[in-house]
Amino acid sequence: MQLTINGDARMIDRADTVEQLLHVLGLDPRAVVVELNRQIIRRPAVAATPVAEGDVIEIVHFVGGG
Amino acid sequence: MPNPPLFSSDELLRYARHLTLAEIGVAGQAKLKSARVLLVGAGGLGSPAALYLAAAGVGTLGIVDSDVVDLSNLQRQVLHDTAAIGEAKTASARRRISALNPHVNVDTFDERLASANAREIIRGYDLVLDGSDNFPTRYLVNDACVMERRPLVYGSILRFEGQLSLFVVPGGPCYRCLFAEPPPADLVPSCADAGVLGVLPGVIGTLQALEAIKWIVGIGDSAAGRLLVFDALQLRVREIAVRRDPACVVCGDHPTLTELIDYEAWCGASQFADAGTAIEVEALALARVLQEAAAPFVLDVREPWEFAVAHLAGSHLVPLGDLPGRLAELPRNREVVTICHHGARSRTACALLVRAGFSPVRSLAGGLDAWARVVDPTMRRY
Repeated sequence: MQLTINGDARMIDRADTVEQLLHVLGLDPRAVVVELNRQIIRRPAVAATPVAEGDVIEIVHFVGGG
Repeated sequence: MPNPPLFSSDELLRYARHLTLAEIGVAGQAKLKSARVLLVGAGGLGSPAALYLAAAGVGTLGIVDSDVVDLSNLQRQVLHDTAAIGEAKTASARRRISALNPHVNVDTFDERLASANAREIIRGYDLVLDGSDNFPTRYLVNDACVMERRPLVYGSILRFEGQLSLFVVPGGPCYRCLFAEPPPADLVPSCADAGVLGVLPGVIGTLQALEAIKWIVGIGDSAAGRLLVFDALQLRVREIAVRRDPACVVCGDHPTLTELIDYEAWCGASQFADAGTAIEVEALALARVLQEAAAPFVLDVREPWEFAVAHLAGSHLVPLGDLPGRLAELPRNREVVTICHHGARSRTACALLVRAGFSPVRSLAGGLDAWARVVDPTMRRY
């Protein structure tokens, strides 16, 4: 499946949901905010939100330092 | 009687390059002079921001910080110098800013921003620049800015990544519209635990000063509605559109959060839900049990260079990253106390050991920094 993740075209095997995609990318859903096609996916919805061919995904890490 | 001139001849010369810019000119420089900007934190981000805002002629700078200057700050906190080590950051900041531009009024708040004082302090300023170093303060600053309707120039940094945005302008999003609730505390490390490239806060803090100046003068396209994510290693900037969330608990159409809460507890709650297996021991209590015959095994999970700066006598060093492969070095018939710099890595180590069947295991609350504060003032802090 071809996805655009953080501006880069990526081929991803087997990720039906946002949660599975984060798992494939090695990311903890609690440490990031995900935008799917410019819509923020809130943490409780991450497991149930499907990912499809051609989706545009932005992943933002929590960064707290100053 | 004619009004006194806005600027002295000294100021006209000092701000000459601004006055030459059509977009700023005397009118824009006058706006800067009458502006009041609050800096939350005089650290990595606050340092360059304070210097550039002062140099630009912002009339009043408020600085909130309860820390003292530490040797390990100087790799990035360019507001402070070697002679200021041990001095309050607010005092060091005031001296440096006054030396740079004596026309700037500096208000200092040598205290932590907290729910009890945040709204009153923020109310006294036109704009807030967040250079804090922890999530409870970031949510506190955001919520107080929403409640007092003050624009918030957001910046944050870790390792090689920086983020920038402008929140809480009319119609725009707030920090919670993007980051609705905090991450479990053990999941996202601090700069003290994970490191930060020294020049990175220079880049982000300077961009925060830029956004503050543009907002005050009223020029250009602001960062409102977009998050800039700066990757220093790849030298790339991503831009992510952020819209106001009508369901946001603090700035939405029907806000449910209308008063400041206990942010330490709120952020800590999610931390506890995650690492519920991590039981903590206070520094004083650990000092007592270490005197006993059945003293616990003290496992230091910091990096070797940190161990070289300071460590507890008799403690055993296994950096957190190596721990899963080195469990055989640990006793199974004795209590283990995990320690680190501030108590975050040791909590992770504690949870890891409990999962691996070690018992009992406790984590030193607040880390060696707390130990140096309350048990052994001669211990080197960093």
